[in-house]
Amino acid sequence: MEGAELAGKILSTWLTLVLGFILLPSVFGVSLGISEIYMKILVKTLEWATIRIEKGTPKESILKNSASVGIIQRDESPMEKGLSGLRGRDFELSDVFYFSKKGFEAIVEDEVTQRFSSEELVSWNLLTRTNVNFQYISLRLTMVWVLGVIVRYCVLLPLRVTLAFIGISLLVIGTTLVGQLPDSSLKNWLSELVHLTCCRICVRSLSGTIHYHNKQYRPQKGGICVANHTSPIDVLILTTDGCYAMVGQVHGGLMGIIQRAMVKACPHVWFERSEMKDRHLVTKRLKEHIADKKKLPILIFPEGTCINNTSVMMFKKGSFEIGGTIHPVAIKYNPQFGDAFWNSSKYNMVSYLLRMMTSWAIVCDVWYMPPMTREEGEDAVQFANRVKSAIAIQGGLTELPWDGGLKRAKVKDTLKEEQQKNYSKMIVGNGSLS
Amino acid sequence: MILVELMNDVAPEVCLFIIPVFDNDMTSNSLRGPYADSTEECYGQLQNYSGLEYVKCCSLLCDKFTFLEFSISHSQITRLYSRFTSLDKGENGTLSREDFQRIPELAINPLGDRIINAFFPEGEDQVNFRGFMRTLAHFRPIEDNEKSKDVNGPEPLNSRSNKLHFAFRLYDLDKDEKISRDELLQVLRMMVGVNISDEQLGSIADRTIQEADQDGDSAISFTEFVKVLEKVDVEQKMSIRFLH
Repeated sequence: MEGAELAGKILSTWLTLVLGFILLPSVFGVSLGISEIYMKILVKTLEWATIRIEKGTPKESILKNSASVGIIQRDESPMEKGLSGLRGRDFELSDVFYFSKKGFEAIVEDEVTQRFSSEELVSWNLLTRTNVNFQYISLRLTMVWVLGVIVRYCVLLPLRVTLAFIGISLLVIGTTLVGQLPDSSLKNWLSELVHLTCCRICVRSLSGTIHYHNKQYRPQKGGICVANHTSPIDVLILTTDGCYAMVGQVHGGLMGIIQRAMVKACPHVWFERSEMKDRHLVTKRLKEHIADKKKLPILIFPEGTCINNTSVMMFKKGSFEIGGTIHPVAIKYNPQFGDAFWNSSKYNMVSYLLRMMTSWAIVCDVWYMPPMTREEGEDAVQFANRVKSAIAIQGGLTELPWDGGLKRAKVKDTLKEEQQKNYSKMIVGNGSLS
Repeated sequence: MILVELMNDVAPEVCLFIIPVFDNDMTSNSLRGPYADSTEECYGQLQNYSGLEYVKCCSLLCDKFTFLEFSISHSQITRLYSRFTSLDKGENGTLSREDFQRIPELAINPLGDRIINAFFPEGEDQVNFRGFMRTLAHFRPIEDNEKSKDVNGPEPLNSRSNKLHFAFRLYDLDKDEKISRDELLQVLRMMVGVNISDEQLGSIADRTIQEADQDGDSAISFTEFVKVLEKVDVEQKMSIRFLH
């Protein structure tokens, strides 16, 4: 009996603390500064660890660790230069060298497949999962690592799980309750309040530190917000600073419950799986949504899949055909504190969330950018590329023309045919192609 | 846990080391060690390893003396192994043709299939890390060989002659050491797709064979191939430079 009473007392004190320090401030959007202190301590610790590691490892290994440089020196010269060609030169037996060299360069290191797995860190951040090449450096470092493990798994993880649980339940209950009200400005205000509070709680459950830049360009009602996609957390990060109408497929399970609850309070656009295939239907519904200026801006991720936050891949033109104003947003995570990328082929949603909750923190920058519209004589593809470049430049990401769908699908034959055509032009030249 | 004891002051010609290695499936850690008292035996025993233990052995040897078939540093070998494992979606320590075709930049290469074929020895569908490295070794820069003082050993894979032979094998589809008109046509067709007519392609092939052929058999042998390309800077065109 005594044990149960004690446990009950501990639980209630714990919950009161959580309520007082985290939940109430979230409602009012106020911060008590606890997470800032945590981040400061964390940054100092990681800096110390980096210095220790650099002192400990031999010189050459440090060079190896600069993953951003790449493994090999790639020859980016176009086909003409690579084949030492002037137009109209004839075929030579040595032409095969160019293609084989390009092929081998791609085998050793290619631009695309590396984007579908987590970025390698320049220096270790005391998480086991990012430890590529562990060498025992010193006792102190190991002690700090052990301390880190204890803090993350025994202190932070239960706290975060509690918060996440509270956040999601509040969201479902809150939106269902608000949904009972008749349509009015009170309903909208309450719905916003519920959304924002729950999102703030959820962000704290990941120890998220988010910096919003250029808030004056925050997406307005009746517009479309596009952003680069790294993980489902992107949604959470954006909705903490404003309400959006989501677009997506209807899911089952927990996601489905959340979706159904959310749509009661404010109009999101959820599609059945079968409806997603019908592009005209999708475009029509989205057009209807943005035509109503009182409706919240739509949030779309044109890449269509999660990329590892080192680059921006091809934007699908569908979202850019709807018309309306596009509000681009760039999101860049700091990988030193935790890897936010969701590798959906490796981890399912639950293990992904657990990994998130056992990292140090999620730190990211969000840049709102000036709105863009399609110009005269620009088609949807060119417009999409223009927006993609803007986002890439702002976020400091590489821009790639490749389709994110290559994560799962094969590359289209047309690209190979293009290469063949270029080569044919070179060896025949002067327009005598048949 | 890999325990290594390298005799530090022993002359490079004689190595004596004990490495407990993992079995191929990396679960058990039975104590088997290559225990050699001559370099030939060292190298001989290495032939039996593959995968991670091969990497570890190579890395250790590299620190001491130039490696076997291709001079490559510790960091480069670990990077290549990490690349190999990331391509190996089946996680069975070998790559199949599909694993290569998953690389988009290789899939759009007109000679992609021939290049992939170069990795797979006759009749096999899987290539392990050793085979992977062996094929990649053809593209090492030639100057790296100056470090190697093994005059009596086999010619390194990245010598000019071996690079040319590699290119020759890209054309020689049936591996009979001759490029026939038919084979040349097939490879040309791969490179140009549908953009050139059969007649035009045929005349290109005829001209090429005519220029190269010296013994009049209407096919290009390896010697003739080398002669045609004697002025080409093979080193620059068929080398991939590692950054560190």
